[in-house]
Amino acid sequence: MAGKSDTPLVVKGKRIDGRKANELRKMTAEVGIIPQADGSARFTMGETVAIAGVYGPKEVLPKHQTKDDRALIRVYYSMLPFSTTDRCRPGPSRRSKEISKVMIDALEAAVITEKYPATAIEIHVQILNANAGTRTAAINAASLALANAGIEMRDLVCAVAAGKADDTVLLDLFQPEDNFGQADLPIAVMPNRNEITLVQMDGDLSSKEFDESMKLVMDSAMEIYEVQKNALIGKKENKK
Amino acid sequence: MSLVNTEFIKESLNNNVRSDGRKLEDYRDIEIETGIIPQANGSARVRLGNTEVIAGVKFSVGKPYPDTANQGMFMVNGELSPISNPNYRSGPPSPESIELSRVVDRAIRESKTVNFEDLCIEEGEAAWMLSVDIYPTNADGNLFDAGVIAALLAIKNAKFPEYDAESGKVAHETRTKNGVKLQNVPVMVTIAKVGDKLLIDPTFEEESIMEARLNIATIDNGNICAMQKGGVTPVTNEELKNAVKLATSKGKELRKLINKY
Amino acid sequence: MNKMVKKLHVKDNDIVVPGQLLAEGMSYIPSGKAIRDGESITSTVVGKISNKGHVVKVVPIFEKYAPKQGDKIIGKVVSMNNYGWTLDIGVPVKCELDLREGSQSFIETGKMSQFFAVGDLVFVEIIGNRNGTFKVSAKDRLYRKLPSGHLINVDSGLIPRIIGKQGSMINTLKDESGCNVVIGQNGYVYVHCDNTENVFKVQEAIKLIESNTKSSGLTEKVKKMLGGKK
Repeated sequence: MAGKSDTPLVVKGKRIDGRKANELRKMTAEVGIIPQADGSARFTMGETVAIAGVYGPKEVLPKHQTKDDRALIRVYYSMLPFSTTDRCRPGPSRRSKEISKVMIDALEAAVITEKYPATAIEIHVQILNANAGTRTAAINAASLALANAGIEMRDLVCAVAAGKADDTVLLDLFQPEDNFGQADLPIAVMPNRNEITLVQMDGDLSSKEFDESMKLVMDSAMEIYEVQKNALIGKKENKK
Repeated sequence: MSLVNTEFIKESLNNNVRSDGRKLEDYRDIEIETGIIPQANGSARVRLGNTEVIAGVKFSVGKPYPDTANQGMFMVNGELSPISNPNYRSGPPSPESIELSRVVDRAIRESKTVNFEDLCIEEGEAAWMLSVDIYPTNADGNLFDAGVIAALLAIKNAKFPEYDAESGKVAHETRTKNGVKLQNVPVMVTIAKVGDKLLIDPTFEEESIMEARLNIATIDNGNICAMQKGGVTPVTNEELKNAVKLATSKGKELRKLINKY
Repeated sequence: MNKMVKKLHVKDNDIVVPGQLLAEGMSYIPSGKAIRDGESITSTVVGKISNKGHVVKVVPIFEKYAPKQGDKIIGKVVSMNNYGWTLDIGVPVKCELDLREGSQSFIETGKMSQFFAVGDLVFVEIIGNRNGTFKVSAKDRLYRKLPSGHLINVDSGLIPRIIGKQGSMINTLKDESGCNVVIGQNGYVYVHCDNTENVFKVQEAIKLIESNTKSSGLTEKVKKMLGGKK
């Protein structure tokens, strides 16, 4: 990871955006934002904005990929060219393909795929604005879009990263912390079941720091779940 | 995918009524927001009825082309992203995606609304590259018109980042107060031909049954700056003339609205 | 875990989301979109709670149409061969109307298109599923070819509200507009009228039903809306 920041990132337990070490960024969520999709959602964590659209369950094409006993989950994660500091090239990259792959694993654990045999469920996720934590925001948006599509799930999937900057373990890093971070640990959980569906990590963490990081993530998962829940219930209330 | 009753849509067009209740020359409601993407140098969101398009501008610095050494570069990229419509597929850009990019590019470039010399930093050495990316969030027809409005307003909203000539680096975190001055407001009006009827601002459903499509962009003085015909059915000279008339008068109305942003 | 734990966490009409704990204890029985997971009963969808005794039921709020036997649906003929017709019913499943199910009377293969031609809208009933292909019938007198009319796509969960209690809403729609209205459970409302203007009045009325979840007084509102424009 990159070197040290010129200015301290954590002073007396406070981060440069005023948060405490165990504090999430402000989150917002909304479902049904893409009328053409079977389910859709927007999820923001601070300045990071992800939107997700679900199409399906639908016919599997090409046909030979069909799984007779369950649904095939496909994820297409992408960052829009203007979402990053320097324009990023449109189209899939090795990075976006890997994230799509781990997102399938993270979400498929929650979807009751055997309810939809021989179908495909396609999840498209776009990052409109990137300010660290794009894959976790993407998972939160995708999980909401699946629920909005009425697809049966064991639990919602809630994701957030913990990490280390200025030798301090922090929850939900934002860009300045991420730029000089010493470790990044994105995690997705099914909070009602206490099950973990995504683990990635890069950097350097002692086993004590790791335990601390995991505690921050697990303790905050329900907070993310509540934001998702309010978005899903809110839609109904808005209609009244 | 929803069933479309082609026959009924055509029948009611004969009574000058469209399947969403609009008259032939009615545009859908337009909603505009600008400056919605913090990472972009400029951005805009445009809604035409259920159609929603986001455009973002990014500046970078490059060497000008040898034949236009005193000008900056300009590029429009659009994509029919599969998140926005069940009929759009993932994969390399489709001919339709490329057509969208190029038609929007032409409307803006040929209107001369951007003076490309303004984008030159040092003749023959360094110039701004103005990239506009257009992404539909929900595609319910007429991405062309929405794309041109979004692209234009994203450019209008854009501010140059700081450029350090010494190092040749762009400091995206430092925004200047300077933007691109627009010389005029090109407006595209898309017209669909169904039978012998011409209808403005087609929905996705109407696009799926239309026989031909005409994109006509006009500038402030009413002159035409870009056109494109799509679809295999020919149009008559008469129809084309009528379409130009429609596009010019509707363009005038839309320009008033766009000028508010 | 304490075997005596027995607790209900939700009440009637609560809106719940996937993963949410609804009840604990083996004496509760999950129904609808609720599932049992060990001692707990949780929801698998966004839905409304409807409790009856020890049965905890989740009725989904966002639901995509899933075809099932007995459904009365609207389809469009997409192809035809000597054995029958293939229909598009708006969801990605195969749907066939076999020749012998086309009518009560015998249909000669040469005269098939006199009954249903490619592009026609048809009102049919699902009679079964063979190897993933849904079979439909138009034998009953209720079912038929629908002459060219407006097809309005709605959320299939909205259909019961468009029909109304004992058909009160659909009758209002028909009587007040003078249109022929046919409802397909697959999320389509077919409206036919000699006067096209009235067709769009019905479309407006359906939009009103869509945006008003509270059903009290809705029939009156619709009546007023359709009557007021006459």
